[in-house]
Amino acid sequence: MPTRRRAFLILASLCLLALASFALALTAGSLQVAPADILASLAGRGDGSGDVVVQLRLPRALAGFACGGLLALAGALMQVLLRNPLADPYVLGISGGAGVGAMFAMLFGLPLLAIDGLAFAGALGAMFIVFGLAHGDGSWTQTRLLLTGVIVAAGCGALIALMLSIADERKLHGMLFWLMGDLGQTYDWWPALLALVVALLCAMPFARELNLLSRGLMQAQALGVAVDRLRYTIYLLASLATAASVTTAGSIGFVGLVIPHLVRLATGNDQRLLLPASVLAGGSLLVLADTAARTVIAPMQLPVGVLTALIGVPVFLFLLSRQPK
Amino acid sequence: MSAPLLEARQLSVEIGGKTVVDRMNLSLQPGERLAILGRNGAGKSTLLSTLAGLRPPQAGAVLLDGEDCALLAPRQAALRRAWLGQFQNDPFGSTVLETALTGRHPHLGRWDWESKHDAELARKALQAVGLDGMETRQVHTLSGGERQRLSIATLLTQAAMLYLLDEPLSHLDLNHQMAVLELFAGAARDCGAAVVMVLHDPALAHRFCDRALLVYGDGRCAQGTVDDILTAETLSELYGYGLRQIEDRGHRCFIPE
Repeated sequence: MPTRRRAFLILASLCLLALASFALALTAGSLQVAPADILASLAGRGDGSGDVVVQLRLPRALAGFACGGLLALAGALMQVLLRNPLADPYVLGISGGAGVGAMFAMLFGLPLLAIDGLAFAGALGAMFIVFGLAHGDGSWTQTRLLLTGVIVAAGCGALIALMLSIADERKLHGMLFWLMGDLGQTYDWWPALLALVVALLCAMPFARELNLLSRGLMQAQALGVAVDRLRYTIYLLASLATAASVTTAGSIGFVGLVIPHLVRLATGNDQRLLLPASVLAGGSLLVLADTAARTVIAPMQLPVGVLTALIGVPVFLFLLSRQPK
Repeated sequence: MSAPLLEARQLSVEIGGKTVVDRMNLSLQPGERLAILGRNGAGKSTLLSTLAGLRPPQAGAVLLDGEDCALLAPRQAALRRAWLGQFQNDPFGSTVLETALTGRHPHLGRWDWESKHDAELARKALQAVGLDGMETRQVHTLSGGERQRLSIATLLTQAAMLYLLDEPLSHLDLNHQMAVLELFAGAARDCGAAVVMVLHDPALAHRFCDRALLVYGDGRCAQGTVDDILTAETLSELYGYGLRQIEDRGHRCFIPE
């Protein structure tokens, strides 16, 4: 039986997890700084070393948290929209579209801001193409939406491969890092965090209706859900959340697929709890993974997408083998 | 006299270019039970979901409690009628109690959580279909018949005055078939609910309904009291197979020739 009290307790403990991940992200690294110095800098009256940490590590951790949260939220929403527990934020080709935009900007050596801008434009482009093609005759079934998304993603993949193959080698490293997902090239952290807050605030009022939608369109409609309107809203929200994350940090894989799954296994499928819990868990996981990505083989850095995939693949296979037949 | 719980005015329904019913009128008062019979593919389910306001009719109007379905907000419609579909699938896990509680959705505000009272109603509904003690079971571990009874419990939890049931007896064994039919007969008799059900057994339709609507699948349909319309002659024509009628202690029985 879902109750507010249980949801509150679970969310409170996930908040602690998020705080712990931030603490680790701020203290871990080649430059050792005492926790007291970091706290002093956070409070705005620190000396040199603490300030460096706060100016370099905090923005990166915030961006990581925002992207992880956005991906987990988008994944949870996509899974309900497609009524398929194996859907993820990229399944409808949004990261492919963003990838095409970003690769194009990098191929021509455009500045960082232009890379982000074109990536976002590409994500929106893919979103409208998929929606236009899938919605064409008004039927807009899950299967049709899914197939259209997969095909558009494949097309984008081909374009990306084309641009990678004609790019010169000096640019190739940056392009590959972008494609694997990397927080090292993040331009700014606040747009993603703002997007996360807005997306969560827009999704929460519909949480109970999403519970019904996941049980079937006709069932949801019979129980009083304005199904068409809800599905448009969810599609837009999930797409924009994915676009915001991909623009900030490239296509980081598996967070959007695995986190909603893990949370569902642990707490059940009530979206009122699942959505905020996924945001907190996804954000924390990405902060932790990124901290590992920049410390395990320091001073070299790994793209965080590689780490999330390395963690994600075995977890996902394990979950898949547990799927009810 | 109050407005009928369900009214169809000059209703035309089509699916895939085929006419199901053409300018049909129908009215259902509190306490009345109507059976819909017809061959496979005649359009019974399509007609039922149109009567529930879940798909728009080609022409005409459906009125729930005197108000046009097309103008009612989905939530308002959900407070007036409960609809049982033929197919349930649950891609995500959920417990039996959580599933039964979904019926309370139209009664709750946007930020409300289910209260103790709602849980009480859901437990009573589960008890009514013989699923008590299974509240914490996962739905995908239920058998087909148990899953069907859970759907019926969800419908009872919704507490609407009009029930639209698409093959409510599918997957049910004989004693649960009778229990479910008795349950809705009781709801009609004691609470003044109106029931429309798609059935395949004319004998059960005769025994548990007041009126029957025969859907021929070519746009023709016929209505009448069960005594008048459920006869060997009409049913033989409806199903395209000869039937013989036997009367036993007030119950009517039909045997294929």
